[in-house]
Amino acid sequence: MHSTSKTPSQPEVTLRARGLTKVYQTGEVQVFALDSVDLDLFSGEMVVMLGPSGSGKSTLLNILGGLDAPTSGQVFFNDEEITATIDSALTRYRRDYVGFVFQFYNLISSLTARENVALVTEISKNPLDPAEALELVGLGERVDHFPAQLSGGEQQRVAIARAIAKRPALLLCDEPTGALDSKTGIVVLEAIERVNSELGTTTAIITHNSATASLADRVIYLADGRITRIVENSTRQAARDLQW
Amino acid sequence: MVARRVRALDRKLLRDLWRLKGQVLSIAFVIASGVALLVMSLSTHEALRITTDAYYERYRFGDVFATVKRAPRHMEAQLRAISGVQSIQLRISKQAILDLEGFTEPLMGRLVSIPEGEQPMLNRLVLRSGRLVAADNPDEVVINEAFAVAHGLIPGDMIEAIINGNKRRLRIVGTAQSPEFIYVMSPFALIPDKKRYGILWMGQSALEAAFDYQGAFNDLALTVVRGADTRRIIEALDILLAPYGSIGASDRSDHPSAWFVENELEQNKASARILPTIFLLVAAFLTNTVLSRLIATERSEIGLMKAFGYSNREVGWHYAKFVVAVALTGIFAGWVLGAILGQISTNGYARNLNLPLLIYQPSPMAFVLGAFVSVAVALAATSRAVSKAASLAPIVAMNPPEPPSFRNNGVLLGKVMSWLDEPTRIIVRQISRWPVRSLVTIMGFAGAVAMMVLSLYFTDAVDEILRTHFDELQREDLAIGFNEPKSSVVLQEVLHLPGVVSAEPMRIVPADFVSGHRRHRGSLQGVIRDSKLTQIYDVQRGQIPVPPNGLVLTSRLAEKLELRVGDEVEVRVLEGRRPVVMAKVAEVYDSYVGMLAYQNIDALNGLLKDRPVTQYVNAKIDESQQVELLKQLKNLPAVSTVAVKSVAVSNFNQTVADTMMIFVGFFSVFSFALGFGVTYNAQRISLSERGRELATLRVLGFSRRDALYILLGETTILVCVALPVGCLLGWMVTAVFVNAGGFQTELMRLPLLIAPSTFGTAVAVLLGASVASGIAMRRLVHKLDLISVLKTRE
Repeated sequence: MHSTSKTPSQPEVTLRARGLTKVYQTGEVQVFALDSVDLDLFSGEMVVMLGPSGSGKSTLLNILGGLDAPTSGQVFFNDEEITATIDSALTRYRRDYVGFVFQFYNLISSLTARENVALVTEISKNPLDPAEALELVGLGERVDHFPAQLSGGEQQRVAIARAIAKRPALLLCDEPTGALDSKTGIVVLEAIERVNSELGTTTAIITHNSATASLADRVIYLADGRITRIVENSTRQAARDLQW
Repeated sequence: MVARRVRALDRKLLRDLWRLKGQVLSIAFVIASGVALLVMSLSTHEALRITTDAYYERYRFGDVFATVKRAPRHMEAQLRAISGVQSIQLRISKQAILDLEGFTEPLMGRLVSIPEGEQPMLNRLVLRSGRLVAADNPDEVVINEAFAVAHGLIPGDMIEAIINGNKRRLRIVGTAQSPEFIYVMSPFALIPDKKRYGILWMGQSALEAAFDYQGAFNDLALTVVRGADTRRIIEALDILLAPYGSIGASDRSDHPSAWFVENELEQNKASARILPTIFLLVAAFLTNTVLSRLIATERSEIGLMKAFGYSNREVGWHYAKFVVAVALTGIFAGWVLGAILGQISTNGYARNLNLPLLIYQPSPMAFVLGAFVSVAVALAATSRAVSKAASLAPIVAMNPPEPPSFRNNGVLLGKVMSWLDEPTRIIVRQISRWPVRSLVTIMGFAGAVAMMVLSLYFTDAVDEILRTHFDELQREDLAIGFNEPKSSVVLQEVLHLPGVVSAEPMRIVPADFVSGHRRHRGSLQGVIRDSKLTQIYDVQRGQIPVPPNGLVLTSRLAEKLELRVGDEVEVRVLEGRRPVVMAKVAEVYDSYVGMLAYQNIDALNGLLKDRPVTQYVNAKIDESQQVELLKQLKNLPAVSTVAVKSVAVSNFNQTVADTMMIFVGFFSVFSFALGFGVTYNAQRISLSERGRELATLRVLGFSRRDALYILLGETTILVCVALPVGCLLGWMVTAVFVNAGGFQTELMRLPLLIAPSTFGTAVAVLLGASVASGIAMRRLVHKLDLISVLKTRE
């Protein structure tokens, strides 16, 4: 069994969120997507966020990734506030520090696997070689294939390679296995796990799937826009041992 | 069950139309423009045709006209006895020089007799102000309204005229219009001139006294009974009037005003057919580009509907209805716009033509035709997209969106690709992935450029006509006509007038040209050897010397008479001893203007067996003395006409601007709108197709500028390719247009010559339109919702 040790004893906080609230106004009704959420993400840790639909996990991830702004509250990345910044600074934050992986891959269909990765490495400061990033997710053989020529799992792994090729400080994955069958899903999770351990990237995964929780250092449960509890796993299970 | 489904689908249809309202409106606008142009042109033509016909009938416009030198009035019974003649009007009609205070140029006019105190039998007047002339005052005149308006004359004002060599002060008692003088044209002018040519209706006995014409007439008009053979009546008239110096009777088609009106209507009809057709074709192209891509973006919704159990037919019908709804929006807007513009344009024409009545009752034909053509064009343009939508497999909706398949490029393109950055690669692959779509888009852009070239071309055409006619051919500054042929001494007299630098004699004789069964009534102009002031100019070959013998004809006249160089043509001179002679065609030259015939003046005099006489003098003048010269000319009783070239040029511009440009103006506005519509739609659809990819790029850390680069890059490349294609297409469309029958009138033909600035402007306008629509896109890219685009499948 493959396992890694828990969070270091003196954890460094990569991302700190305080009092995050997101309110959507629907007609006369106010919907609290997030309600005063406080959260720290530690350097190099793997976090899984679990919760039913509408619990606010995607909203939280979007705000942490600089895609959305909270109604109130603050987010600090390495002690720098990103919630008070302008759009171009948010663009820089995403470009330099954040890697995203989406449920529906979001590859550029007119670019090959290598080019999809290069898309990101071309605008990064200290990127991996695109081929190397693809090697890391087990796609060394398929670098010159277009998305249409790849299976769903392969496309998702290209998306992961694309997300990590810039050596991001933060890897945010929104339902990365949501559109995949379990076998393919495990291959994708293995890739994420490998990136987390080999590059030390702080990783947050959103999922419906509670089986995924055992991969994490910490599991954050959300309901109705609040963090209901946080569970620390004493040991992390390896992705290839997961079953669902 | 079916009923419920249809209702739900219709709701979807309405919501889709609302959701895509920007695009729906811009396509509808293009369709509306085509329909509006069609309705406007057809209804304008129809209204003008009906109006002139009604005008002619109500005010009893003559069917046959004849001019003699002087004939006795007692002939009337004899003339009336010609079989088929209904009513007849004998009168005196004479040219005169007019003088208005504060107007330096001499003005020309025609004096026409009417019975005192009553309307003439034929060619009745439409009294617009004041009254008709009274019996007891020989100095009263009614003047034509256009002239009155041009000079601000009202009843009670005075006008001076040199009548039969005597200066007379005449009192204006009324203003009127007449079916006979819809257009008034001085003998020298290429086209009508309201300001410098007036019609003065004077009492019959007043004119008889002034010209010593008691019991005589020199002009007649008659109407014929329905079904009568006009040709035989003309023959009979010619026999009866020959002894009295008739220049030959003619029917309405040779009447100067009616002929000009007819030319105008023909030109209008040609534009009504051709311009909207071209426009609708381009609109079809655009509709195709836009609607087929729009339907393509609905892929997964179609799959869903199929999965729910909708049949191919229902889905196909749903999208066909979408297309029809867009077309109908355009059609209704086009109907309203077309009817309004039709009214405006008809009013404009009516004002120019001085029509006293206006019948604008567009028949349903134009509207039905516009609607039918537009729906047919829209459905035909999108049939492929609709049937593809209908036959889509339901599985499409169940799976995550299938990325469109791209392949690796060939070796060459691959090499090029390796030099490009990723965003540029995206652009290039998009274009090469859908070559047909890219081509169609290019053609849409090119069509917009072509339309602009065509609409701007008219100004070039007019400039070129002016250049060849007034700069190359008529090089004089001034032409002076005398009321009767003079000896050559008159040339010396003219040279002594103030400001005259050089002068040349010219002779113009009215003549019929007959070749076999073909005939043309015009005039033959005598030009001196090595003339400096009249130089025959062939638009292809340049200057052509007038040969010592034989005729020089415009190609238009040669074509009408089916003559070639070396052929003989019968010339029936219509003045003096009225000789009929055979003349050889020595040269045919290509000209944009009219049906002109020239001959060496000595040869012409020989042909007429006349001693050298001078009836016209062309002169080059010192501009600084023009005012003084004109003042003197006004007071010379022998002078019957004075034509100032610079005035003729500006009048030409004005008349062309007033008539042809009404139409062209609307057309240009629509063309510019088309340019914007095409670019806006192309970019808007790219955005809806690519919104997801662009949002992904934004999430990955690309700036808005990068996203905009990818979005606009594709259309920018296509626009750049389309520009030269559009210029070429514009040239081709213009060639088709120029060669279409209606624009080759006897009056003039349009040169196929497009100025570089026209291409430049068309190119600049499309670029401007793309920039404007790019700015609109910039706003949309800024508003790109990064989250929702990523969460939902397209």
